[in-house]
Formats: sequence, C-alpha cells, structure tokens
Amino acid sequence: MQNFLEFERPIAELESKIEELRHLPTAPDINITDEVAILEAKASRLLKQTYAKLTAWQKVQVARHPNRPHFLDYAEALFTEFTPLAGDRSFAEDRAIVGGLARFRGRSVVVMGTEKGSEVESRVRHNFGMARPEGYRKAIRLFEMAERFRLPVITLVDTAGAWPGIDAEARGQAEAIARSIEASLKLTVPLVATIIGEGGSGGAVALATGNSVLMLEHSIYSVISPEGCASILWRSGDQAAVAAEALRLTAQDLLKLGVIDRIVPEPVGGAHRERAAAIAVLGDALQETLKPLLDMTPADLKLQRRQKFLAMGAHGL
Amino acid sequence: MSWLTNVVLPKIRAVVSAKREVPDNLWTKCPACGQMLFHRELEANLNVCHACGHHMRIDAKKRMAVLFDKGEYARIELPKPVVDPLKFRDSKRYVDRLKEAQAQHGPNRDAILVAHGKIGGNDAVVAVFEFGFMAGSMGIAVGEAIVAAARLAVLQSAALVIVPSSGGARMQEGILSLMQMPRTTIAVEEVKEAGLPYFVLLTDPTTGGVTASFAMLGDIQISEPGAVIGFAGARVIEETIREKLPEGFQRAEYLLDHGMVDMVVRRHDLGETIGRLIGLLRKPVLEAPKKRA
Ligand SMILES: [Zn+2]
Repeated sequence: MQNFLEFERPIAELESKIEELRHLPTAPDINITDEVAILEAKASRLLKQTYAKLTAWQKVQVARHPNRPHFLDYAEALFTEFTPLAGDRSFAEDRAIVGGLARFRGRSVVVMGTEKGSEVESRVRHNFGMARPEGYRKAIRLFEMAERFRLPVITLVDTAGAWPGIDAEARGQAEAIARSIEASLKLTVPLVATIIGEGGSGGAVALATGNSVLMLEHSIYSVISPEGCASILWRSGDQAAVAAEALRLTAQDLLKLGVIDRIVPEPVGGAHRERAAAIAVLGDALQETLKPLLDMTPADLKLQRRQKFLAMGAHGL
Repeated sequence: MSWLTNVVLPKIRAVVSAKREVPDNLWTKCPACGQMLFHRELEANLNVCHACGHHMRIDAKKRMAVLFDKGEYARIELPKPVVDPLKFRDSKRYVDRLKEAQAQHGPNRDAILVAHGKIGGNDAVVAVFEFGFMAGSMGIAVGEAIVAAARLAVLQSAALVIVPSSGGARMQEGILSLMQMPRTTIAVEEVKEAGLPYFVLLTDPTTGGVTASFAMLGDIQISEPGAVIGFAGARVIEETIREKLPEGFQRAEYLLDHGMVDMVVRRHDLGETIGRLIGLLRKPVLEAPKKRA
C-alpha cells in the first residue's frame, strides 16, 4: 500500500478503485479491461497534473515523504565498493552522517550524506538524519582525506537540520558546522552536492558548498523549516504553508536565485513512487556534472567554488 | 594444508627461527566461552573461536600470513640498534631479559617484524608487533623498525600497514623508549607526506605510548573484534577513580562508538578490506575492461 499524502487523495481514490476492479471475478458481460484502462489513464493524467503544479508546502511534504529514497539507497545503487568510514577521532561515531570511500562509475570518490533511516530502529540509529558535532567533524576528516588522495567528493543532503540539543551545543555544534564549511570550501578537488530531500539550514550547507549544487525536482532547501519560520514570524505554526511559499525553498526558485546549478527531474508522482528510476536519473546527472570538473585544475576548482558563492545574492527573483 | 606452508621463504631475513611443531591432537580452550577447540581446526579458522567468534592473539608471522595475498611476503632485515643503552637492571639485568626473549623468538629479534608484499594486488609494507616478545613493548629497536618500514614504503611507493599489539613503552630503555613516540610519529608522517596511505590495524592489546603515537594516526583505523585498545590500563583507571568500569570498556566496539576507529573487521576479512581500501585510495580510475576484438 502506498503512503499517500493529503493532496494525493483524489489519485489514491482512483488507484484503489482500479485495484478493486482488477480483483473482481471475471464476468462475460462487462469489459473490465477497458474500464481499468480508462481509469488508469485518468489517474496518470491526474498525477501528472498534480505534480506539475505542486505548491511549496506540498513540496515540503513530498521532500519529507517516508518512502522517498534516502542516502543509503543512493549509496548502494550508484556506487560500488562502498566502504563507510567511522568516527570523528575524538568523541563519537555519529551515524546521522554516513560517508566513506567508494567507486562511482569506476572512479574512486569520497561519498557522504545525511541519512534519515527508514524504519523505527534505523531512524533512531541515524538520529533521524540530524547530525551532532561529531558528524560534521567526521565530514571534515573525509573532506581532508579526499584532498590528500585527490578524490572527487559527492555529497547527498537530506536533513531537517543539525541536532538541536544540549549535548551538541556543549561540544560545539556551531564550530563543527563552521569548520565543515571551511574545509569543503578549501578543497582543490571537485565537490558535487545534491539536495535529495530536505536541505535544512546550517546542517545542510555544511555538506553542500559544491562546485556544482544539484537539487531533486521536489526537494527543498531553506534557512529554516517552514514551521519554525511561521512560529517566529507569524507567531503561529499553523501558517507553515504560507511561510513555505514565502521562503522560496523550492528547487525551481533556488535555480532562479542562482543558489543551485541544476534541477534533477523526478519520475511523475515523485521519487517515492519510482525509487529506482529516481536514483538512476541522479546517477546520470552526477556523472554529467562531474565530468567537466575533472578537467579543471586544482586552483581553478577552488576559485570557481569561491566565486560562485561570492556571486550569490547579486540578483533576486 | 597449513596456511603457513604457503609463506614464501623470506628473500632477506635476519633470523632463521625453528617452526614450532604442534601435535595434531592438541585442544585449546577458548578463553572467552570455554569451548574446547581442536587445534588444527582453530588454526584453519585463523585462531578465531568457532563457537563465539573470539579472536585469539596470533604471532607476527601468522599475522603476516593472514594479511598478505596468498600468505606470501618477504621479510626485511631490521636495523641493529644499541642494546641496553641505560645499563638497566631491576630484579634481573635487561640484557638477560632480552636474551631470554631472543632464545624463544630467535637471535637479534625484538618485538616487531617488517615485511613487504601484495595486499589485494597492491604493494604494501607491513610492520607487525610481536606481543610474545616482552609484551610487544616499544623501545629503540621497535622504533627503528617502524622508521625502516616507513622508509621502505616510501621507497617502494607502497601503502604502510602497522599492526600494533603492545603493552606500551619498554621501561628498561627509560626516556629513550618514550622518545619512540615522536620518532614513530615522524616515520608515519614521512609516508603521509609522500602521498601514500597509512593504515593501522589495532589488535589485542594496544595500550600506552604505542596507542598514543603512530597507532592513532592512520588514514584508516581498523580494529579486530574485541581487541583491548586504550591509553591507561583498566586496573590503573579503576584504582585511580575508585569506580567499576563499564562493560566493554576499551574494547574495539567501544572505540568504534567513540569515534576512534573506522571499522571493526573480522580477521577473515582483513586482507580483502585493506586491499579494497588501498585500491580505492591508490587506483582512482579503474582501467577500462579490454574490449574483445
Ligand atoms: Zn569462544
């Protein structure tokens, strides 16, 4: 059974009707096949129409969809010899960020990302994708390893944000994120970052200062969650949908703002509907993005990244 | 067939040690679960308990055979440093303790062996501590061996793998053993500066000054399951803080949770894992498979 979002209800109703018809005992006087075909066409049309004009708030829900592929789904499908490395070498292994060495289409890379987990047990293990300072310090270690061995870095970001907790603050959450941004901007190897679901604030940008930054079509990237923004500026969490619109957090708006470089299309109905297809499309987009970067000199890679971020904000929507 | 029979005769060797014969009908009791294990089967399982997976300590030569492809490697002759620089004696003279250890392990031996060969098809230099030799303690000879291993890795453009199992510094060499901490650190830095990967494989037990120097500086840190790894000994800590230590304290898995090692790897998978990692770091682009004409 699909996990339907509220705005997908008309589609869900059509699809359950189709299922019902399919399981009807065959009777000679009704042509079920024709009926099913008509309904299927209608459902598919409706799905396409719905997803072609998702509101910002609807995209927030799609980006958070529990069936959406997560970091580990991409890591397993797109990479070979994936060998996760652990630990910040000073306090803990933070499983909210997973990363290590792997091959991407035959080439050694460092790959890392935030992992939300997929059921209760793994969600807890990965702390719902919200990293503590140790996660960012592991990321810094991996950035430095990539630099040392001249390996391109691929990051996949999917986090509501860094973990807001007393423990994280006590151990320097802000410092860790700052150092991660600094380390990634210093790289003289290619860094390609992709927002695959939620790009939540500082916890996301710590891994997303790429030479090229990609976003999946229905992912979001924002300075604050719509709920958080609504509660601060509207003084009411109920205004999250309004805040989502105002924040301009969709891939389409961010491309116009020059914050991201490329939108990776999702299958009709979102990545959660056709996971394998969504993953494959990102694989090809990553390869296309990486290719020209591999021909750049180390100095140019660093310079291009700096100039790209320095140029941001020169124009609005 | 014994895995040791596959070891090629060292091309260069400092010592010729007699192979210890073990009768086939010998049984070993697993220190972890108490299971009685048939010696030959235990050996075939790389000295890992069939019943509970406990990794027993193995000597340096067996360790080499586990790590290198097909168990083939060539040992190098190690530098012969000054012996007993402090003219040290406690209840016994240090030179006599050394002689006893060498009578057991071979002339000119100390607590480390160095060899080179292939791991996963990649060039590698491996330095392995011998815990049976004065508790694998690190003095001048061990420090010199690590410097030699690092220089060989640079010369051969090979990865360096160090496998510590050590009680720490060799007290009988006093401050000169302490100075092996900076000296071994310089050695592994030379390897890193040459752009070569440096691996540490922490085995049971790794403590004291060894842990607090080269053994924590690997690009990749790997540990065998259950290995005790720490700085201060558990008993010293307990006596100092007057508290009972938590279950699993200073074990490999504890270190993994505390961010100190990249992975805990079964003995059977060590060669494959290290080989894959060297390949990832040193062969960034796989050669395209040749197309058939
Ligand atoms: Zn056992």
